[in-house]
Amino acid sequence: MNTHLHISQADARPMYLQIMEQIRARIASGDWEAGRELPSIRALAAALEVSVITVKRAYLELEQEGVIVTRQGKGSFVADSGRGSAASELQYQKLDEHLRQAVALASQLGLGPEDLLARLGTLLHPVKRR
Amino acid sequence: MSTSKPIHMRGVCKSFRYFSLHDLDLDLEPGEVMGLVGPNGAGKSTTIRLAMGLLAADRGEVRVLGHPMPQDQAQAKRDIGYVSADMRLLPNASLGWHMRLVASLYPDWDEAYARTLLSHFNLHPGQSARSLSLGEQTKAALLLALARRPRLLILDEPTTGLDPVARHEVLSQLMEVMLDDRRAILFSSHNTADVERICDRITFIDRGRVVASDDTGRFLDSWRRIELELAPGSEPPTVPGLVAHTGDGSFHALTVRQFDESLLEQLGPDVRGVQRMSLEEIFVASVMQHRQERRP
Repeated sequence: MNTHLHISQADARPMYLQIMEQIRARIASGDWEAGRELPSIRALAAALEVSVITVKRAYLELEQEGVIVTRQGKGSFVADSGRGSAASELQYQKLDEHLRQAVALASQLGLGPEDLLARLGTLLHPVKRR
Repeated sequence: MSTSKPIHMRGVCKSFRYFSLHDLDLDLEPGEVMGLVGPNGAGKSTTIRLAMGLLAADRGEVRVLGHPMPQDQAQAKRDIGYVSADMRLLPNASLGWHMRLVASLYPDWDEAYARTLLSHFNLHPGQSARSLSLGEQTKAALLLALARRPRLLILDEPTTGLDPVARHEVLSQLMEVMLDDRRAILFSSHNTADVERICDRITFIDRGRVVASDDTGRFLDSWRRIELELAPGSEPPTVPGLVAHTGDGSFHALTVRQFDESLLEQLGPDVRGVQRMSLEEIFVASVMQHRQERRP
């Protein structure tokens, strides 16, 4: 399984954090859907050319965050993305991030809250009319 | 038998005229890569030669894949692949000749895998050993060891003298080996970046003694450099696991090896910054501290 994750030696963060961050990003974007099987620890270690213990730690911490689940002897999977789950929490965080950027851009453009909401309404309009 | 520890060393001593190895303990579990890191003359090669049965310990126990060494070395070596940077193939014979020789000696030789390795390492069976560069010699020796699919690989400085591309080719094949959780690698190196990257556990050795041995993650998590700015004339408080302290006016740098977040609370607003340390920095600091402690 080719995952296209990568490790940077110029990145000051420990390698396990780099792996966690990239997996979280893929889940937040929806690229990796609930129930998707992650590569095995040893397969990802070989693909990234990092120690098994590094990948093991990344998976363990993601499991503690509730982002992935590991079933003994079966492998690791993206956790269910139902309301309140860790995976949906990541997607909410991502939504908030985009909204914050929108608010910042709006204030640069001199748009007040009403103007911004009105624009959002326009964008939502085609959906509403359906 | 198949669950026996790849390497088990207890209280191993070995003395030479100008060098002694003292009370060495070393454990390598199946599925693990261990890095053996030390300055020149620290005892890395002696440790490896003891594990290979090339030397007999004066005292202590050496077991490799369950076999007592050096007594049962013939049996143990069927399942060990050994490569050292100074290993040379027979200069007049071709790589293909070497491959046929090793294949005839070891029934587990995997010809298809050997062909894959040839292409990964960009080597050709027709090449005479004489025509191989230093890096190619090392890759050829590694190919001959890997294609036997031994349970234990003992590699003495396998990446020394390799260019970055060749190093990448070698590390990638080593991690490929570790897809199988019954296999294990002992790997000695000066290159702490390689060790930090692929080793699960690390043993630092200096002047014939083990300085420290731990999980790679724990090493990197527990060492920090902390910068403090204190009122002029005042000294930093005592902190647990302090390894080094340098000061310049009101600026102080502490190197600690038992870091946790509570330490920052204890130090409070005097902290200007906290830095993680690379394995190389940790290694140098450990060795310097070890030497200071042992100074009479």
